Amino acid sequence: MICISRYGLAAGLVAGIAVLAFSSASFAVRPDEMLRDPVLEARAEAISRDIRCVVCQGESIEDSNADIAHELRVIVREQLNGGATDDQVQEYLVARYGDFVLLKPPFKAKTAFIWIGPFFLLLAGGIGVRSYYRRVARAQTAPLNAAEQARLEGILKTDDDRPNPDRNQTTL
Amino acid sequence: MRRLLFTLPLFALAALAVVFALGLSPNRDPHAIDSPLVGKPVAGFVAPALVNGESGVAAGDLRTDAYRGQVVAINFFASWCLPCRAEHPLLKKLAIKAGLPVLGLAWKDKKKASQDFLDELGNPYFQVGSDENGRIGITSFGITGVPETFILDKEGIIRARIPGPLSDDLIETQLLPLIKDLQK
Repeated sequence: MICISRYGLAAGLVAGIAVLAFSSASFAVRPDEMLRDPVLEARAEAISRDIRCVVCQGESIEDSNADIAHELRVIVREQLNGGATDDQVQEYLVARYGDFVLLKPPFKAKTAFIWIGPFFLLLAGGIGVRSYYRRVARAQTAPLNAAEQARLEGILKTDDDRPNPDRNQTTL
Repeated sequence: MRRLLFTLPLFALAALAVVFALGLSPNRDPHAIDSPLVGKPVAGFVAPALVNGESGVAAGDLRTDAYRGQVVAINFFASWCLPCRAEHPLLKKLAIKAGLPVLGLAWKDKKKASQDFLDELGNPYFQVGSDENGRIGITSFGITGVPETFILDKEGIIRARIPGPLSDDLIETQLLPLIKDLQK
């Protein structure tokens, strides 16, 4: 991001105007590196958003102010100007910096766990929870044996025949 | 079976502990990126010579083709780069100890500034080229900054990439054995 205090108010104003003028462009992209063709420029920005800056690592080259990010943005645009497809531009960068430059890791044997892992864990957790509740339900519906059944009937019977002294008390 | 299930969290914890211990290992640099270019022939480039007529440095274009048949080291540096200043004395050491030409490429640096840098600190390079706009570094070597050093074998295949400054330890324990092996 642009640091206002460092560059002063004038720069801030210029930046503000730039934001109004190119509301879709990020701060990091310098006006002089933008392509004239708005379609190509939009493609360049879309590609750049998914390319990781190789020095700042947490940012895309679209967002990074690093010098090398600028250089890579220019390369992306040169490639597009030369007629490369989006995939070809990505391949060009991956050939030099590896899958690391892609903010979205590609689906490969090595990265399969990243993609499938969360769903796998969710499934395993779901199965665990399901089996737990099934076990609890099974325990609750276990039938009474003969002695328990007789005792239960006895309790129910006495409750019907004699009024509950406690209940009488509370209704008073 | 039920008993085993109760030990599952314990095993999960143990597995996590191993992962974390590996992550915290002092030998692991989380910023290190494996270069896909290692093991591949270097893409052709021509860097204009930086220094003309200096002793021990042949003037003319720096072409890796001319070095086919011998192991070389290529070092990217810049006058504006402080770690380059720090590793500078080690380049001469590497050249002498390993007995190989170290080729220099001034990356994203004005020719005059690179020249002044070498005048001040001495020139350890067999030949020095200028990569003023940084494109050779990016397109042929996939560098992320300076200093970076590459070891190329006799066929011009990149065998090692060392991002960041060289150190005595790194030269002794990693580079010299590798270079000796490649020079066989």
